[in-house]
Amino acid sequence: MESVELIYKAVYILVIFGITLLIATYSTYAERKVAAFIQDRVGPNRAGPFGLMQPLADAGKMFFKEEFIPAKSNRMLFIIGPGIAMIVACMSSAVIPFGDMLIIGGREIYLQAIEVNIGMLYIFGVVSLGVYGLMIGGWASNNKFSLLGAIRAASQNISYELAMGMSIIAILMMTGSLSLREIAEQQAGFNWNIWYQPLGFIIFLTCSFAETNRTPFDLPECETELIGGYHTEYSSMKLGLYLFAEYINIFVASAVMATLYFGAYNFPFMENLREAFSDPVVGNNVVTLIGVAVMFAKIFFFIFFFMWVRWTLPRFRYDQLMKLGWQILIPLAILNILLTGGGILLFD
Amino acid sequence: MTESLFYFLASLTLLCALMVVISRNPVHSVLFLIITFFTISGHYILLNAQFLAAVNIIVYAGAIMVLFLFVIMFLNMNKDSESRVKTSTLSKFAGTIAGGLLFVIMVAAVKDTTIAGYNADTFTSQTGMVETLGAVLFTQYLLPFELASVLFLVAMVGAVMLGKKEAGEQHF
Amino acid sequence: MAETYTSDFGTILLFLIGSVIFVMLGLFTAKLIRPHRPNPEKLTTYESGEEPIGNAWVQFNPRFYVVALIFIIFDVELAFLFPWATVFGRRELIEATNGAWGWFSLIEMFIFIGILILGLAYAWAKGHLDWIKPKPILPQSRSGIPPDVYRQFNARQEAKREA
Repeated sequence: MESVELIYKAVYILVIFGITLLIATYSTYAERKVAAFIQDRVGPNRAGPFGLMQPLADAGKMFFKEEFIPAKSNRMLFIIGPGIAMIVACMSSAVIPFGDMLIIGGREIYLQAIEVNIGMLYIFGVVSLGVYGLMIGGWASNNKFSLLGAIRAASQNISYELAMGMSIIAILMMTGSLSLREIAEQQAGFNWNIWYQPLGFIIFLTCSFAETNRTPFDLPECETELIGGYHTEYSSMKLGLYLFAEYINIFVASAVMATLYFGAYNFPFMENLREAFSDPVVGNNVVTLIGVAVMFAKIFFFIFFFMWVRWTLPRFRYDQLMKLGWQILIPLAILNILLTGGGILLFD
Repeated sequence: MTESLFYFLASLTLLCALMVVISRNPVHSVLFLIITFFTISGHYILLNAQFLAAVNIIVYAGAIMVLFLFVIMFLNMNKDSESRVKTSTLSKFAGTIAGGLLFVIMVAAVKDTTIAGYNADTFTSQTGMVETLGAVLFTQYLLPFELASVLFLVAMVGAVMLGKKEAGEQHF
Repeated sequence: MAETYTSDFGTILLFLIGSVIFVMLGLFTAKLIRPHRPNPEKLTTYESGEEPIGNAWVQFNPRFYVVALIFIIFDVELAFLFPWATVFGRRELIEATNGAWGWFSLIEMFIFIGILILGLAYAWAKGHLDWIKPKPILPQSRSGIPPDVYRQFNARQEAKREA
């Protein structure tokens, strides 16, 4: 039994890894296509039909390009930096519930790699570690632009982490549980948290843009000021790891938003659909599979939203960014906690 | 299984903690310290204190170590300035004595402790859970909890005082 | 109960090991197949095409440090808020105390957060949350032609375009 469990876990981890990498890879393609669409261009269309092989070509380039490590850099930390960024990005997808329970041959299989009691704290902890990859990489390069980018990244990430944590607390007050599976189960049907937490969602959304260093919060790597920011000196596979980590972070941020606020794998009338089947096992499996599709549809929508915003909004100035984080989002998040507390006691 | 995991984690913790002290490059020291915090979190998980494990990572590895990294990165730490600092024999001697005394005190303190063990009837594995902790914090330990917020206020005032602007300060 | 949790955290360990292997594999295969022909020019750090001057590891503006310091205080506060949030809305606790529990814990938290808001307000009032703003210098031309002439010319051009 033990070994069966282990094999199942290993397979599931591989599947999650595969999905994460696939989505991250094709996010690069989607980003260019979305950019092209918004700017009325064609976008990549040479490699394969509709340019679908473009990400593979890019990956190949990452492998075959020559790499140089600056002579004055700290060699060891220069290599560790992108590694940390990538490992941290991969770790965060572990607790996300991609679907409900599947029943195969009498076995109940939850479509979630790890169900821990502290799922939300786990994600919060992993997010708070994300800053090391950028900081260490930027510092090890011994380049002034990299260092500036790294310090900006660190300051920005920690500033927005606070507001993010506070918006999570408002959600916890409603759900009373840190487990992502329970949070997902409580939003059955159309009882999504977004209806109760619109302000919290906006705060969380803004913070996840800042945490993933996406436009309009891409100050750590803004080309016009800092060349490439913390990855100015990076090339070849190590640059690839940094860029890849960013897309994985976008994927995870989208998944977390879908789970916390948009009902994860739940969709309206799922109970009616479940009862429409005479065999409960078949009904359960059909609903679960549709739920997985719904979950991914929500995730893809958020990924698209990230790209949409990137090609729509201009970049903040650094003082505006700090002002937004400390003087607008944190007071708003505290207000949101108080409102949520009062609301629960008055209306529940 | 759990026991061997414990010994593995414990030796890893000790090794990393040693590396913090031994490493010549302070940034390496910080990295090893982060790994040490991770292994300590691993110990908490073995004790089923999940909340402590997560908070240990969030606060220590995620926040305090960022501050450490900031400080170390902002120190003017060139290769030549490093070699310029010479530790005199006297300070080495003093360091050895101070460290040795601390070690003696720790041995003396640990020597007299006994492991209380646990009563199988009253023991619950849920002690370290978030919910239990929250309930205890808001009933039994209410006053310390509220006093902690005053402590935070003092810390905040201290932080603000530390960061006081000085005349002629350069920004970039 | 405890056993299953340990095995769940064991899966996290598996995840960690898996991602470390993945990263090392990626870096190692790339190292095997890519060319490696360094020369001193390639190995200099990039500084907009100039010879890099000095070292990047220099002393830095301490205001980043102050931000990190204030962040730590709030982060610890968050750690206190998490257990509160999980027990706050508990139905059984509220019912056991006739609804008093909810208000009690909320007011408790108001006091806690209120003292922290005091701290935030203090840092705010002292100007530590205001980042320095750039002071743009408006360019001034030393042309002999008075600015009015330009304005009149522009207005005439505009009128022509609209006509």
